[in-house]
Amino acid sequence: MNINLTLIGQSIAFAIFVWFCVKYVWPPITAAMEARQKKIADGLSAADRASLDLELAQEKAAQQMQQAKEEAAVLIDQANKRAAQIVEASKDDARKEGEKLIEQARAEIQQERVQARDALRTEVALLAIAGAEKILETSVDAKAHSEMLDKLAAQL
Amino acid sequence: MADTPVEYIKHHLQNLTYGKLEAGYERFDGSVMSESGWTFARTAQEAADMGFMAIHVDTLGWSIAMGVLFLGLFRFVAKRVTTGVPGGLQNLVEVTVEFIENLVKDGFHARNPLIAPLALTIFVWILLMNVLKLIPVDYIPTIAHAMGLEYFKIVPTTDPNATFGMSIGVFLLIIFYSLKVKGVTGFAKELGMQPFNHWALIPVNLVLEILVLIVKPISLALRLFGNMYAGEVVFILIALLPLWAQWTLNVPWAIFHILVIPLQAFIFTMLTIVYLAAAHEDH
Repeated sequence: MNINLTLIGQSIAFAIFVWFCVKYVWPPITAAMEARQKKIADGLSAADRASLDLELAQEKAAQQMQQAKEEAAVLIDQANKRAAQIVEASKDDARKEGEKLIEQARAEIQQERVQARDALRTEVALLAIAGAEKILETSVDAKAHSEMLDKLAAQL
Repeated sequence: MADTPVEYIKHHLQNLTYGKLEAGYERFDGSVMSESGWTFARTAQEAADMGFMAIHVDTLGWSIAMGVLFLGLFRFVAKRVTTGVPGGLQNLVEVTVEFIENLVKDGFHARNPLIAPLALTIFVWILLMNVLKLIPVDYIPTIAHAMGLEYFKIVPTTDPNATFGMSIGVFLLIIFYSLKVKGVTGFAKELGMQPFNHWALIPVNLVLEILVLIVKPISLALRLFGNMYAGEVVFILIALLPLWAQWTLNVPWAIFHILVIPLQAFIFTMLTIVYLAAAHEDH
């Protein structure tokens, strides 16, 4: 318990240890700790940003989905309308075509009837002439009596 | 070694002293020093008679060993420090460094790159020196005795030379920074014009303030020394009990010291920070 040179020795040792700690121990350790802190802070903020980005992206995706749905609905609607129109138009066409065909058929029938009538008329005229010839036992000059024959044909 | 309990206790509280004995001094065995010279003290009386020109080899040796252990360990980590995931040892070191950093941040508001490493050195060094106390009191002295050394006290903080050695270092820093921050006139004003701000009371102020200033290192050193010394005495007293009964007191006392050891290191560190913070405060 005597106070002696140990006191001074201890003070010197203390000074040397403190100097060493200030110079070689403290700076690298605290620097590393600060660097790590910064790294962690950066990482956390990056994670925050990423989650925000994700949220935005999800929102955007949902919006686009909605928009796509709406567009599809419009397209389907248009297609349906168009299909209905086409069906309607083709029905129309078919009807018109049918009517036209019927008309043509009618005209043909009429024509054939007229032709048949004409032919019949001519035939009847010839028959009449033949009959007359039989009756008169003479031939009838077709030329001389053509006027009369035409009149007759017209009356038939 | 000692025979009676009193001798046993005295023996365990005596440092291994290497000092200078004057010519004509009569040694413990009756021989007389023919000329003055440096030698190991063989009795407490001899150690006391060496006066100031002596060294406590055990105190200095163990404190330096602990300081080297501390710096070696921390330097080892500092060299291999990584900013990635730290390993076990680096974690331990970083926890300590962060603990000290927070203490300094809370208690010390000026900018001084010396304070935090100083506090770290004080804390870890004192902690390591105190921890030596948990080694049973007879182990090392017995080994030392076998090696021919009469005395051996391994806990440096139970030697007032060690604690005063540190507190004087702190005291010099207090004076240095007081002068540096406040200037000579500022420091003189602080000593002379407080707490009574009147010219007639300058002598009273001076006495008070200088007393306050000087009490700082003394309280630092004596608090640590007193706690450790008292604890050591109790350990030695317990060691006097019969072998079968020792553990009933030794174990609780040692467990209690697991608290006391870091607490005393912490108090010394904290007060150093507080004193130096006060030295940096400009009124």
